[in-house]
Formats: sequence, C-alpha cells, structure tokens
Amino acid sequence: MDAIKVGMADLKAIESPGILTTLGLGSCVGITLFDKKSNIAGLAHIMLPSSKEIKNNSNKAKFADTGIELLVEKMLLIGANKNFLVAKIAGGAQMFSFNSKSNILKIGERNVIATKEKLKELKIPVVSEDTGGNYGRTIELNAEDGSLLVKTIGHGIKII
Amino acid sequence: MALNTNDINDIKIDVLKELGNIGSGNAATALATMISKKVDMDVPKVKILDFKEVPNILGGEEAPVVGIYFEMTGEIVGNIMFVLDLKSAKNLTNILLDRENKTLNLDEMDISALSELGNILASSYISSLSTLTGLNVAISIPSLATDMAGAILSVPAIQYGYIADYVLLIETYFQEGNNKVTGNLFMIPEIDSFEKLLKSLGVC
Repeated sequence: MDAIKVGMADLKAIESPGILTTLGLGSCVGITLFDKKSNIAGLAHIMLPSSKEIKNNSNKAKFADTGIELLVEKMLLIGANKNFLVAKIAGGAQMFSFNSKSNILKIGERNVIATKEKLKELKIPVVSEDTGGNYGRTIELNAEDGSLLVKTIGHGIKII
Repeated sequence: MALNTNDINDIKIDVLKELGNIGSGNAATALATMISKKVDMDVPKVKILDFKEVPNILGGEEAPVVGIYFEMTGEIVGNIMFVLDLKSAKNLTNILLDRENKTLNLDEMDISALSELGNILASSYISSLSTLTGLNVAISIPSLATDMAGAILSVPAIQYGYIADYVLLIETYFQEGNNKVTGNLFMIPEIDSFEKLLKSLGVC
C-alpha cells in the first residue's frame, strides 16, 4: 500500500484502508488522530506552537493550535466522531545544542507542550508519544488499526 | 511589526540574492586559501522555496545530511546554517584532510574538519555581510548534527516560519579534482534584524 505523504505545515485525513506518513520530522511535531470506531485517521505536521504569537498566520496547518482544530474538522467531515478520537504524537526534537539563553532551539519542546495543551482543551486523550531527543523521525499512521510506526537513523524503529 | 515578508518585493529579493552571491564567493575563496588548491566554483544559486520543496534540495526528507549551525549576534540577530549531503561532506573532508576515504561514516577527524570549515565559510559570509551593511555581526561556535534532511532542515524552516511561508537559501557548488561538493547556506535573520538589514542596504 502506498503511503500518503503529509509535508511540512500540511495535514490530511483518510478513511481505512490507508497509511499517512510524514518523513524526517525534526523540531516539528507530527500529530496523529484516530477514531477506532469508524477507522478514520488524520495526520498534521505542525512547525510552530501558536498562531497567536505571530502576524503571518494564514496557513492554519503551520501551528499546533489551528492545525489540530482544522484536522479535527476535516475528520468529522468524513464521518469521525469527536468523542472517539485518540491522539499519538511524535517529533519535537532539538537538533542542535548550544549553551545559550536563546529559546529558538527549544522550539521542539514548545511545540510538544502547545500540542498537548490544545488536545487537552479539545478533550482528546494522548495515548502514546515519542517526542524530544536530538534526532529526526519518520512516522507512518495505519488507518486500519491506528498504529503509529516511528523510524529513526541510529535510534531504532518502534510502533507506538 | 511593520514588515510583512509575504509582500516582499522583487527589489528586496534581488538585494538578498546579491548578498548571497558576494557572501558565498568570499566563502569559496576562503576555502581555496585554506587548502591551497584550485577550487572550481559555479555562480551560487539563490533560491526561494516553499516549505514543501525544502527537503527535496538534498535528495529527499530521509536522505542523511550534515548541518553546521551558528548563532548570529550583534546588530543582526539570527542564525546561519550550512547543510550538505553526507557524500558531499565526506568529499569535503577528503579534500581538507588530503585523503581518499570511501566510507560514508563520519569519524572524529571528519566532524572536527567540517566544524572548522563551516566556521570559515560562515565567518567569511558574515564578514561580507558586515562590510556591505556597515552593521556589526558576530557568530557563535559551530554546532554540528547528522540526521535526515527533513529533520535538519526543519530548523531553518521553522525559523523562517515566523516571518514567511518560504525559506531563502544559497546553493553553492564547488569541486577540487574528483571531489564534488554541493552545499546549501541558510541565512535566517530574526524579523527585526531582517528589516534593519534591508534598511541598511537602502531598500526599506
């Protein structure tokens, strides 16, 4: 089965059978939502924590807050039930390290925090996660069972 | 914030391109001096890419690449990142260390050589930026990481994400003997610095 690619600042929702993938997540966060009753799966690849922090915020899929809202909307539109949605998240790494006060490099961590806050607000439980560290991840969400495959260079492969 | 980079006009883009050309020209000269060999170089290409296109420049999101990252401080605040695919990185260290090592693993010598080279390239780039704008700019020590292209490139993409939906990068290509090297330099000023930079060049 060919996986459907979700790029940076992009999101997609599908019905089973199908696989959604995002390749080489760094400090960005991959947010996957799954409704196991209707087997509807969604994946968002967000880059920044909040659309409220900056002026240029027309691309909703770029931010954790608006990206998650839009993804939920899209999934409901093709038949998902909000009460059955569960989330799995991956990414949010810090690729480079410095001994400085600059919080630019901590953006991965801030993306993860903002993602969890938004999911909590929407009452969507986070059932598993593989976040942080200093390495990239490729993820594949299977719409048949909601399993999330996480691949890395030198840090193993796992299903969460 | 007065500046909206989505409305960025052609003149501003041309200025940024020219800045890129001069900067990487100086960087290649610095490299040639460092290794005391003739280095062939193409005119650097300055590209403006949508986020989705970014990872493709280095052979796809999952291709292994090396990123060398610096913080810019002084009158322009932001970051500079030099990225090259693993093959190019190895070719480069072969040039620098004067050897023919075919493996793709980076050893300590490679990492140290790449950090130093990144340092020289970024410094010569910054020094031309400083000369052109009359602004004081300094760079930090390098931080190096090897990983998937998508993951490494998410760093400059996110920083551009604050000001735009695209990134600006300078692609340089050089060659010494049979060793071919393609490298990409990202210069990422913070939004206020971006405005200051353009103003100092008389285009704001």
